[in-house]
Amino acid sequence: MYTVRRFVVRHSRFFEWVYGWFEPILAFLDPLWSRLGYNQIERPVAFAERHIKGFLFDCQMCGQCVLSSTGMSCPMNCPKNLRNGPCGGVRENGNCEVKPLMKCVWVDAWDGASRMRGGDKIAIVQPPVDRSLEGSSSWLRVARERAEEKRASRDAARQAMADAFSEAREEEPAAAPLAQEPPNAQPMQEADESTTIMTVEKN
Amino acid sequence: MAQDSLFDPIDPLKVHTKPPEGHSSNSRLERVLRQGRFAVTSELNPPDSANPEDVYDAARPLSEVVDSINATDASGANCHMSSLGICSLLTRVGYSPVLQISCRDRNRIAIQGDVLGAASVGVANILCLTGDGVGVGDQPGAKPVFDFDSISLLRTLRTMRDDSMFLSGRKITQPPRIFIGAAENPCIPPYEVRAERLKKKVEAGAQFIQTNYIYDVPRFERFMARVRDLGLDDKVFILAGVGPLASARAAKWMRANVPGIHVPDHVIERLEGAEKQGEEGKRICIELIQQMREIKGVSGVHVMAYRREELVSEIIQESGVLEGRHAALRGRRARKLET
Repeated sequence: MYTVRRFVVRHSRFFEWVYGWFEPILAFLDPLWSRLGYNQIERPVAFAERHIKGFLFDCQMCGQCVLSSTGMSCPMNCPKNLRNGPCGGVRENGNCEVKPLMKCVWVDAWDGASRMRGGDKIAIVQPPVDRSLEGSSSWLRVARERAEEKRASRDAARQAMADAFSEAREEEPAAAPLAQEPPNAQPMQEADESTTIMTVEKN
Repeated sequence: MAQDSLFDPIDPLKVHTKPPEGHSSNSRLERVLRQGRFAVTSELNPPDSANPEDVYDAARPLSEVVDSINATDASGANCHMSSLGICSLLTRVGYSPVLQISCRDRNRIAIQGDVLGAASVGVANILCLTGDGVGVGDQPGAKPVFDFDSISLLRTLRTMRDDSMFLSGRKITQPPRIFIGAAENPCIPPYEVRAERLKKKVEAGAQFIQTNYIYDVPRFERFMARVRDLGLDDKVFILAGVGPLASARAAKWMRANVPGIHVPDHVIERLEGAEKQGEEGKRICIELIQQMREIKGVSGVHVMAYRREELVSEIIQESGVLEGRHAALRGRRARKLET
């Protein structure tokens, strides 16, 4: 809804703060999502996301959300779907060239960004949208990507260990393992996961 | 035809000769800009015909006064001969064109293919544009594409050129040697972010900028001051867009109906007060060129006049920006032709 999404832009700092909590929780729960099966939960989560973000931001479910870098103004509401800033056709009153009654999405974006702590992220060059991801959950995508980053840095650390003790690894591979470990081989992580769920429930 | 033009003929089979040291293309425009000379470009308004002579007729008056000719890509969302078609006609006779790519009509598959095609026929300059909405054009029922925006398009072209690959990661065996440009519209809201947006374009890969029409010099100067504060004047060549207004009525119509054109009231009043409005429009344009030349960070002008190429030629000659250069280049050309 136009009024709501413009309200959100005026309060972009608050929504930035909310998402600042929300994203780490999403990412932290990756083991849970994995166990439930990303494929199993994709539809219900996308359904919830569509309605929550649809109400707040007029979300178009591009599946590649960049709201934190666009002042909480969804760029997919731009009739030209511009992801990197306003075009050269903005009207004198700051309204859209194509829809004269609508405030330019990017005029709003810069306005919203000016209120946010991470507002300077608006300067980052965004890639073109992958249209094949349209309709899918961006929340779950973020959870997977953050988990993947963590996995990659953990793998890099194990690789460094294996390289430093290469002879030992050759003779006793379990001394410096590299292969992915199944969840049940990592009892500490299991514990982590259950405590997370508990804290979330408390919240 | 190209004989007494400003252009160096490009041998179509030698478009991939290595560019000069520090250059990313064999573009004449890039050479002129890097030599620190005041560059002059203009645009050719595409014919509504399949006759190559129509293109050459329009190019001839421009060829004698400009460093590069922009071939517009369905500007204003109106259908005309394609930019790529015009560019290949122009390179055939040795003219140096700027291929314009608008994101409105083609997706990433078409655009990346066109870039290779253009580079293969000797096009060395490409201007990346978002494009006007389809609604203002002659076929408002068309499907707007906007797969890229101008900035992701810039980064794509730079990736193709510098990393020799498509956006998919697939290898390009002979990368396009191109000088990459973008547009900017300094006199249109949101004013305060126009310079930041320019910075984004430069980071995405823009090497030269051609601006939209500028009639409000103080506003443009404020923009340029910000550009200099951001240190962009050292990283990108800015060509200020100017053009003659035919009459006060035409100016008012443009202001109301063409997206992204700002004509201040005092300019319209000056036109209204003139006896011959057309002459006055031309004089304003000449004055603008001379003013642009004095602004620090402006490397050239881009002169636009819809379907009035002869007038562009007169304006550029009378403005004096070619001082001394024309004859010198002509001499060089003549010597080349004699040998």
